[in-house]
Amino acid sequence: MIDFEPTEEQQLVIDTVRQFAANEVRPRARECEEAAKLPEDLLARAHELGLVANALPESVGGGGARSAVTSALIAEELAWGDLSLALAMLSPTLLALPVAEFGTEAQQQALLPPFLEPGFRPGSLAWVEPALRFDPLRPATRARRQGDGWVLEGAKCLVPWLAGADPLLVMADDGGSPQAFRVPRDAAGLTATPERNMGLRALPTVELELRDVRVAADARLGGPAGVDGRRLLAQGRVGLAAAAVGVARAAFETARDYAKQRHAFGVPIATKQAIAFKLADMAIEIDAARLLVWEAAWKLDRGEDATREATLARRQIERVALDVTDGAVQVLGGHGYIRDYLPELLLRNARGFTCFEALTLV
Amino acid sequence: MPISFDPTPATIDARERMHRIAVEQMRPVSRKYDEHEHEMPSEFVRFWWERGRMERGRGEGPGDGWVQVCVQAEELCWGDAALYLRIPGPALGGAAVAAAGTAEQKQRFLAPFGSGEPKWGAMAITEAQAGSDAAAIQTTARLEGDEWVLNGTKIFCTAGEAAATQPGGFVVVWATVDKSAGRAGIKSFVVPAGTPGMKVGGLEKKLGIRASDTATLVLEDCRVPRENLLGSAEVKKKDAKKSGDKGFKGAMATFDASRPIVAAMALGVGRAALDFVKEELAKQGFAPRYDAPAHALGAVERDLMEMEAELQAARLLTWKAAKMMDHGRPNNLEASMAKAKAGLAVTRITQKAVELLGPLGYSQKLLVEKWMRDAKINDIYEGTQQINQLIVARRILDYPSSMLR
Repeated sequence: MIDFEPTEEQQLVIDTVRQFAANEVRPRARECEEAAKLPEDLLARAHELGLVANALPESVGGGGARSAVTSALIAEELAWGDLSLALAMLSPTLLALPVAEFGTEAQQQALLPPFLEPGFRPGSLAWVEPALRFDPLRPATRARRQGDGWVLEGAKCLVPWLAGADPLLVMADDGGSPQAFRVPRDAAGLTATPERNMGLRALPTVELELRDVRVAADARLGGPAGVDGRRLLAQGRVGLAAAAVGVARAAFETARDYAKQRHAFGVPIATKQAIAFKLADMAIEIDAARLLVWEAAWKLDRGEDATREATLARRQIERVALDVTDGAVQVLGGHGYIRDYLPELLLRNARGFTCFEALTLV
Repeated sequence: MPISFDPTPATIDARERMHRIAVEQMRPVSRKYDEHEHEMPSEFVRFWWERGRMERGRGEGPGDGWVQVCVQAEELCWGDAALYLRIPGPALGGAAVAAAGTAEQKQRFLAPFGSGEPKWGAMAITEAQAGSDAAAIQTTARLEGDEWVLNGTKIFCTAGEAAATQPGGFVVVWATVDKSAGRAGIKSFVVPAGTPGMKVGGLEKKLGIRASDTATLVLEDCRVPRENLLGSAEVKKKDAKKSGDKGFKGAMATFDASRPIVAAMALGVGRAALDFVKEELAKQGFAPRYDAPAHALGAVERDLMEMEAELQAARLLTWKAAKMMDHGRPNNLEASMAKAKAGLAVTRITQKAVELLGPLGYSQKLLVEKWMRDAKINDIYEGTQQINQLIVARRILDYPSSMLR
């Protein structure tokens, strides 16, 4: 039956995360952005909420409640608070979810328990490459067999690099399809150079160079079939699209609230149709895009190929997020351009969605 | 129910049955009735009355409810949006009676639609100087004895000719009982087909939906029983002027139910064009690559993906607005969101379809140019794009209409 109502459990999750985002994430957003720093205490708090642990399999002590729809709901709420902090708090998904879905029993037992112990444990996945014609399903980074193990060669960028994210997963072409290899952070031949980007400044990211990086035979995730790169990519697109909905919603709400209290010509500017209609369009587009994201997530939960839905949702929201955050800057006028206000930060973050892949997974 | 995009078997079944009707009964005569503007599509009307309507799910009971009604409307308008508007039934007039009428009125006006010859209902709101601003209407209703006397001219009345002239039908006419009272003075009245004093003043020649009889209705000392004031039964004679508030508000509330349907109708036209373009391109071996990186996409692929995303975005908003009705929740905001999105989305999708097909798209050998002309009405009737933006804006800003007009 077609329905758009979250379950009671999901609603509880939404309410909890929304409150957390409003009370603890949003107030830190600007300070962390300016300082390009992550607040350790906030990551610890996020861990206590169990957002990722709840999705991990019961066999390793997780909640066994993995749902792409629920993950999308969480990503929207956290990203509403702040995109950088949300991606940091959700970074465990980058390692834990692929391992939980595709990893062998031994890989799961080796890699998952740390995410369930007390204390925040980040994850990292290196997929995007610093190339004009990057195709995530045909990465230029190669993995070739050598003896019992593998040798990785290539370059990556936009790789989340939180302290303690070790090992990380590196996506490389093993001669047929994109596969995930776990690589220790201190592997010989691995060079990480910190990045500075237009947005996402609180999230530490690096460019990676992989030169003759040798890893063991069991470094490749999964059994003989490895991982399903298309599915992973769709999971990443849905996660990012959900986060983009949160960013857009934050911009819309900021613009709406500002327009109601800002007076011009003796009346609130929200009473002018030029502003009111812009806000109406924002609300419509955000709601519509959210439903596309949910549909793609729902399809993932059914185990179906969600490539089309994830791609369409992502293309839609990356445009909407850009329009809405730019619209918010415009509604606030000069104030929108000033770093005392939120919209300019949201615009810089929203601009990134066309070049991100797999910065969070559902 | 959890978030789900899975239609029930009943909805899938109804969709398939409506699709067959669209393919077999509507598409073959689509061009004919576009060209023979205003001509009654008799074979189709007869088919619908005798067979088609039995195949329609009612959207009742547990299941997809109003969503199913939307799915059916989309499917039939995929067939032909103008013929859809010709389908006999109480239509918008019926929706007004259902929303604002008393039990007695519902029985009196709607029950006859179950049998006999084909009949139509219609709603007459718009006037030459009152479109989006429904409260500005000038048509008057005056109580004389036990009758309301209506005077004025209504325009743009969909299915107006059939409803006003074919026996058993009716037109719900909005009129003011007290011009000085503004909006509060506006009531709605049921005028049965053939009532003396109501006549068809003409039919509009339109950009699209040409098969639909968009009528001017002239009311000259048109008398109806006082029990024809919608929502009037509980009212004493001395309160007659104050009564019928449920009539006005109720009739406005019918938009909350009808806008998702109109949005669904729009989706049908948009999908017709999109399906056609994709099929034509597929014949050339072309299909959008959903897994290709953005930089590798061609212009046509980008266009197609945007059309698909826009159509599905509008569809999901439509279903959401409909589903809220089933849950008994206020959906005024969502209904206007869906209508605003769908009307504009299909206007653009059908225009893009003509562009992508080049001279083929422009030619009347194909139906694509017709779909483009048909699509545009969805951005106008049942509240223009701008009126729906206004409603959405008032809701999200929590402003009364006095703050934002």
